[in-house]
Amino acid sequence: MSSQGRVTAWRVGIAVVVLGAWEGGVAAGAIDPFFLSRPSAITARVAAWIMSGTLWPHLWVTLEEALLGLAIGGVLGIAAGFALARAPLAARVLDPYIAMLNAVPRVVLAPLFLLWFGLDIWSKIALAVTLVFFVMFFNTLQGVRDADRALVNNVRMLGASERQLVRHVLMPSALTWILSSLQSSLGLAMVGAVVGEYLGATHGLGYMIAQAEGTFDTTGVFAGMTILSIVVVVTSAGVSRVERRLLRWKH
Amino acid sequence: MRQTQGFMNRPIALELDRVSHDFRTSDGRVYRAVDDVSLSISAGAFVAIVGPSGCGKSTLLNLIAGLLMPTSGRVRVEGHDQQGLNRRATYMFQQETLLPWKDVRDNVALGLILAGLSKADAHARADDWIARVGLTPFASHYPSQLSGGMRKRVTMAQNWILDRPQVLMDEPFSALDVHTRQLMETELLALWDVGVAGTTRRTVVFVTHDLEEAIALADEVIVLSAGPASRIVARHAVSLPRPRDLRELRTTDAFVELYRAIWSVLRGEVIKSQASVGAHV
Ligand SMILES: Nc1ncnc2c1ncn2[C@@H]1O[C@H](COP(=O)(O)OP(=O)(O)O)[C@@H](O)[C@H]1O
Ligand SMILES: [Mg+2]
Repeated sequence: MSSQGRVTAWRVGIAVVVLGAWEGGVAAGAIDPFFLSRPSAITARVAAWIMSGTLWPHLWVTLEEALLGLAIGGVLGIAAGFALARAPLAARVLDPYIAMLNAVPRVVLAPLFLLWFGLDIWSKIALAVTLVFFVMFFNTLQGVRDADRALVNNVRMLGASERQLVRHVLMPSALTWILSSLQSSLGLAMVGAVVGEYLGATHGLGYMIAQAEGTFDTTGVFAGMTILSIVVVVTSAGVSRVERRLLRWKH
Repeated sequence: MRQTQGFMNRPIALELDRVSHDFRTSDGRVYRAVDDVSLSISAGAFVAIVGPSGCGKSTLLNLIAGLLMPTSGRVRVEGHDQQGLNRRATYMFQQETLLPWKDVRDNVALGLILAGLSKADAHARADDWIARVGLTPFASHYPSQLSGGMRKRVTMAQNWILDRPQVLMDEPFSALDVHTRQLMETELLALWDVGVAGTTRRTVVFVTHDLEEAIALADEVIVLSAGPASRIVARHAVSLPRPRDLRELRTTDAFVELYRAIWSVLRGEVIKSQASVGAHV
């Protein structure tokens, strides 16, 4: 069997064992489904949400918030990272402030954003932005600083202006770092969107989960989490395809 | 007739006038790498600089390139005091400097693109140079897909495509195996011999720690002393006829004689540098 085949077999095996034990535990009376629900009920709930169409508007809102948060946080983070990497003095001055801002727990910000931006998508986008921004910022900063001095000197000797240096060396060099953080940034953007919805919204996966919790509907909570996980895994696969394409020179 | 030895009465391409350079080390002390070096190099000459490793050869090239400013003294390029980077020179660094995200064609064309040529023109000229260094089938490969010798060829094309009159090279072939190395040296001499637009030869400053390589290639070998405060301790003219057959050259009497003479100076510096390295460890 190929190594990929073996990996897939193990993956499926683990899922079967865990879900089987869970389902069997409930059937045998060892697990109380009130607290933990059961795989069959969760699957049925997910299927029902899909069939009835109730899922789509919520899923769409969450995706919209996460993707906008990723885009805005990404652009701001990359721009700030470049600016500070090219201005070492400013970077040194601002360093403690950046560390302080990054230390603020984002959950604490959520109610403030609700107050400032209202119940609709912008408060969630703001939360996602605060999460994505710092990851992108630090990676860009590191990527630019990490650019090989010999490459920089060579391109300068070949006649590059400051702008051309950014375009031909610093950007592509930082891109490796930026792309490698894109997966985690995407996950964080989803977290930002869902946490925001969870604390106050009228739509979204976080809202669905919060509604289910309000009625002690554990099956609904697990169904919401399942959908969230699937969405993150699928979008991450898309991101890693983009990453491989852009970094094809590495192989 | 081919003119090989007449470069002494050509105009001066590069001039170092009592140049010194200090580095500030990480523990805050001052380290004098190069001390009071004066040197003038005629246009079209092939000059090799040898010295034990760590003596300041790269520092000297960086000063000529304008990547470093002398702590005291002056660098003059074609009679003008150097300001900023030396735009008359290309520089082949000791490290790998091809951009890993550009393929061979884009790497070779880079200097032309930076100078504002259209992509089509730059690529057409790059393809000529890729053919000259024998890499046409690899034009669309990325550097990571090439061997070390191929990457050096691409780097050479990337530099020489610019037709600049001065060429700085820092131990360009030291990472290659013996055979590839001799091949590259031969190609280098052939390229140099053709000159810019088939007429004037480029001025080459070639740094190496290998005395054989220095003698085989150069018109003149300059020996630097062991650091710190490296100075020029000897200059030897190499009057071996050109074109040179590098496969045979090293066993000729004239070569061996020169080697002995220069080595008697260099040897002492190498021993000194090893002693001082030993003392630090
Ligand atoms: N940026 C630097 N800071 C401090 N010391 C340096 C720096 N660059 C080089 N040196 C020191 O200067 C000396 C000469 O270095 P270099 O010119 O690279 O030698 P070579 O090329 O002959 O091997 C070495 O002892 C090296 O440690
Ligand atoms: Mg060196």
